[in-house]
Amino acid sequence: MSFDQFSGTASYIASDELRHAVNVAVALARPLLVRGEPGTGKTLLAENVARALGLPLLRWHVKSTTKAKEGLYVYDTVARLHDSRFGDGDVKDIARYIRLGPLGLALAADHRVVLLIDEIDKADLEFPNDLLLELDAMRFRIDETGREVVAQERPIVIITSNNEKELPDAFLRRCVFHYIEFPGRELMQRIVRVHHPDLEDKVLDQALEVFYGLRATPKLRKRPTTSELIDWICALRKAGVDLGRVGGGIPFLGTLIKTEQDVELVGKRAKA
Amino acid sequence: MLVDFLFELRRHKLKVSTHEWQALMEALALGLHDSSLDGFYHLARAVCVKDITEYDAFDQAFLAYFKDVKADALALTRELEAWLTDPRLLAGLTDEQRRALQALDLDKLRQLFEQRLREQKERHDGGNRWIGTGGTSPFGNSGVNPSGIRVGGSGGGRSAMQVAEERRWKEYRKDVSLDVRQIDVALRGLRQLGRDGADEELDLDETVDETCKNAGDLELVYRPPRRNRVKVILLMDVGGSMDPHAELASRLFTAASRAGRFARFRSYYFHNCVYETVYEDAAFKKKVPVAELISHSDRDEKLVVLGDALMHPAELLDPGGAIYYYASNRTPGLEWLRRLAAHFRRAAWLNPEPDRYWGGTTVEVIASVFPMWQLTLEGLAGAVRYLVRGGARPAVPNPSNWVKLGLG
Repeated sequence: MSFDQFSGTASYIASDELRHAVNVAVALARPLLVRGEPGTGKTLLAENVARALGLPLLRWHVKSTTKAKEGLYVYDTVARLHDSRFGDGDVKDIARYIRLGPLGLALAADHRVVLLIDEIDKADLEFPNDLLLELDAMRFRIDETGREVVAQERPIVIITSNNEKELPDAFLRRCVFHYIEFPGRELMQRIVRVHHPDLEDKVLDQALEVFYGLRATPKLRKRPTTSELIDWICALRKAGVDLGRVGGGIPFLGTLIKTEQDVELVGKRAKA
Repeated sequence: MLVDFLFELRRHKLKVSTHEWQALMEALALGLHDSSLDGFYHLARAVCVKDITEYDAFDQAFLAYFKDVKADALALTRELEAWLTDPRLLAGLTDEQRRALQALDLDKLRQLFEQRLREQKERHDGGNRWIGTGGTSPFGNSGVNPSGIRVGGSGGGRSAMQVAEERRWKEYRKDVSLDVRQIDVALRGLRQLGRDGADEELDLDETVDETCKNAGDLELVYRPPRRNRVKVILLMDVGGSMDPHAELASRLFTAASRAGRFARFRSYYFHNCVYETVYEDAAFKKKVPVAELISHSDRDEKLVVLGDALMHPAELLDPGGAIYYYASNRTPGLEWLRRLAAHFRRAAWLNPEPDRYWGGTTVEVIASVFPMWQLTLEGLAGAVRYLVRGGARPAVPNPSNWVKLGLG
């Protein structure tokens, strides 16, 4: 198996460093932990790794209430209780009431899959620690039935985090880490081109000029990101606005700037 | 030996474990580094470093370890030569300087450059300047902005050394920025959950248990929801030397006072040092005697003081030393601070002043009374950990000579 397995897709432009990190993680069969500003395409990465390698993708979107065990399996006691009272199906067979979660499905799959664990930092502080063994050994046991699930082929695990909580060291030790940097102008041009292939060079230049100008505004609370830039360009084109001719103020500012203070700040700077 | 690189990393306070080191070795055996230094840089960083705030330390360690790599030095020399021969840059020189420069032929110059280059890399671990600005170096004399020869500025194909040299991850270090969101996240750790109040939440496990005991007839069990039990008192120093930190202080206040964050949150103000009274408002109108504050607070409440702890020693140590004080205080400020610190089981002082300026000032004295952290992401996390779990206080230099001065 060659090392250079992932090299981006037609609709997803990955920097060299990111490609390298993905390939290292795949080769070492370790989870890849991806961090970066919101809107830099962390979640999209998993989709595109799956597409590039031709593997199915399983998603596990973590919420503040998610428990680690739910990712493996859930024992639906309420359904079993319901069946026992109203006499539907075979209550004796507990396996009927075991539902595998995304991680459980990834490990039980008979072929290689890509598993996305999205926004792992949203969950409780101890959440990553509860997954250590499963991610390490790629196996788990269903206590209720005694069934042992062992992965046939180690899944490619991509974990995203927004840096809201510090992840435990023991967990970090087992991951390969990459920080997606905010794209520079050249890379950004290529990224925008993917979404708007027929955009004129001049228009793109102007848009990027305004965009990076905005991002450079000091004290901005939330800086606009790639996905917002793409939305903004979309809005500009739909409305047929020519950036070169618009004087004073940025059209559709609301697609780029999302808080009152920032709008005020940008307004003040535009006047000055 | 490459293993020295591991120790270089650890010397830069990167907690690289054998686990990760083995993974790196495995990756090298698989050839994942592409047999190049650049490849190795990215590979080692991906495997060994798990936090962007540590990228900068990694860059430094990388530079320190690979400082003797020849290829890059040569490429650099070429770049510098080109720079030297560029007449535009010589325009700003005085006649004397130009003569001095011409006195050195190119070979000699290159020798000197290489020598200087080596010395500089050895002496400091990873600044942005390769050549000094001092008046004695023939290179610095040229009057060209040092950033003009910053490596990695122009042209494609930057090498790992250059990327590392650039140290562009510097601003992500933990000891700098702090916005409301970050403070919010840090304060999230300040919680002790407990179940209090009315039974509002369905307790599923207990319901299942009770239902089973009830032979299958549903028996619903409710319980009170989990709430944060931590109560916080925030004492803030305002005015004077705290003015430059006003923005930071207000961010901390915004994050801490957020509704529902703590079981109880109270804030008071003082100026420079705490004496008999603190104030409910920043305008110093509503007095609250400190004795009352103490008697009305539970020992388990968390006291957080925000202040730079910088003042004239007399303000802290002498009776009657208060700076704006109309009725002179009989008890020195330090004594009031001691009483506060003694009453609360856990108290923390957050200081917006960088800790390198603490030495030899009243900060040291106060740090011996209150466990003190600098108000950075790291410091705040440390303070929160201490407030919740206790444990070791940050080390303070012994300010005995100060204390002798004031209190004998």
